[in-house]
Amino acid sequence: MLTDLYVFGDSPAHRARPVVKIVALVILCTSLFIFEGWPSVAIAGGLVICGFALAGLNPRHAFISLRPALWILAAIFVVQAFLTDVIFASFVVLRFVVLILAAALVTLTTKTSEFVEGIQTALKHAPSWVPKDQIALAVSLCLRFIPLVRTVLHEVRQAQRARGLDRNLTALLVPLVVRTLKTADEVSQAIYSRSFD
Amino acid sequence: MIEFTDVSVVKNGRAILKDISLCLPERRIGIIGRNGSGKSTFARLFNGIETPTAGKVSLNGAAERKTLRHHVGFVFQNPDNQIVYPIVSEDLSFGLKNLKLSREETKERLDEVLQRFGLEHLRDRLTHQLSGGEKQMVALAGVLVMKPRMIVFDEPTTLLDLWNKRKFMATLNTLEQHVVVVSHDLDLLGDFDRVLHIEDGSIIDDGTPERVVANYIRSSQC
Repeated sequence: MLTDLYVFGDSPAHRARPVVKIVALVILCTSLFIFEGWPSVAIAGGLVICGFALAGLNPRHAFISLRPALWILAAIFVVQAFLTDVIFASFVVLRFVVLILAAALVTLTTKTSEFVEGIQTALKHAPSWVPKDQIALAVSLCLRFIPLVRTVLHEVRQAQRARGLDRNLTALLVPLVVRTLKTADEVSQAIYSRSFD
Repeated sequence: MIEFTDVSVVKNGRAILKDISLCLPERRIGIIGRNGSGKSTFARLFNGIETPTAGKVSLNGAAERKTLRHHVGFVFQNPDNQIVYPIVSEDLSFGLKNLKLSREETKERLDEVLQRFGLEHLRDRLTHQLSGGEKQMVALAGVLVMKPRMIVFDEPTTLLDLWNKRKFMATLNTLEQHVVVVSHDLDLLGDFDRVLHIEDGSIIDDGTPERVVANYIRSSQC
């Protein structure tokens, strides 16, 4: 989970301006698709490894970042191997691994508030009708409320099981959506009460 | 001093609060009443989360919503719904950023509030991993760091165990601000200056905690 990923530290990667990290990530990811081939993946992979070393992160952090995507990567590998060949399948999967790790490097070394500031900086020159602060806050709220929605889902699932409903999507989704909307209502009041315009 | 002048709130055609007029100069005020009596709506009027359908709410003569929410802090029943950022220090800084304070002053106030409430060890913790008591203290710190003149608490001890409730009550007693507490927990209001009893959108009793709470308990036994 994204909010669990941040690793405290004072490395150059941690201290780098969030907007620089976000822009670097966008350039790296785009380059991987523009300059297709093993050399670009090798260079990008090397840069990501250097980034991890610079940030004082270890292979365990890389594995934790990759773990949720392992099943999808395995499925992509199987499909690509079946449609093309094993070498191309390895290339596609490795490129995804580099992309995921590059994104993880940003989230592992950037606090949510810094990330939000980075978005605000990136939007500084956007037209005045773009709600910059609101977009930045929305991003931070998404990250903050992932664990909260997960907790609500867990509670609703347990309540349904206690009533003998093991697999009933409607019984799960209706209370989840209702509680999430009620929470959203109170959260908006709380944000307002803390002087957010 | 906060003042309510002919305040009514109507939602979906139903009168939630009916023509309330009162001055509240006391430092510690309790609000009691049954579920659905209108006390939470009344509490939300203090800092402008709710706006009256008729009448006005003013703080030292100023009735603008911006003034109210700037000077009156609000602590919600469920701190999970009040904490906005994933890391404690980030969340405490949220209100200060909204007040457009400088980085130096933000840091100064953050250090001060963390030290005052013994929360330094939580500074870099993930908010969703805190215990209920810790979350409630962080929610309170997030309001106090903005240095409001008055703080409104909506059923602050409902989700707390006995230990955290005592800790919270001890903290409440140290606050120099004017405090308004909506609560079903009558022990909490024992030494307050004034207690209001709201039923069906009207204030039906108003006075010292001894008298109002005693009448409230008697009415619940009928």
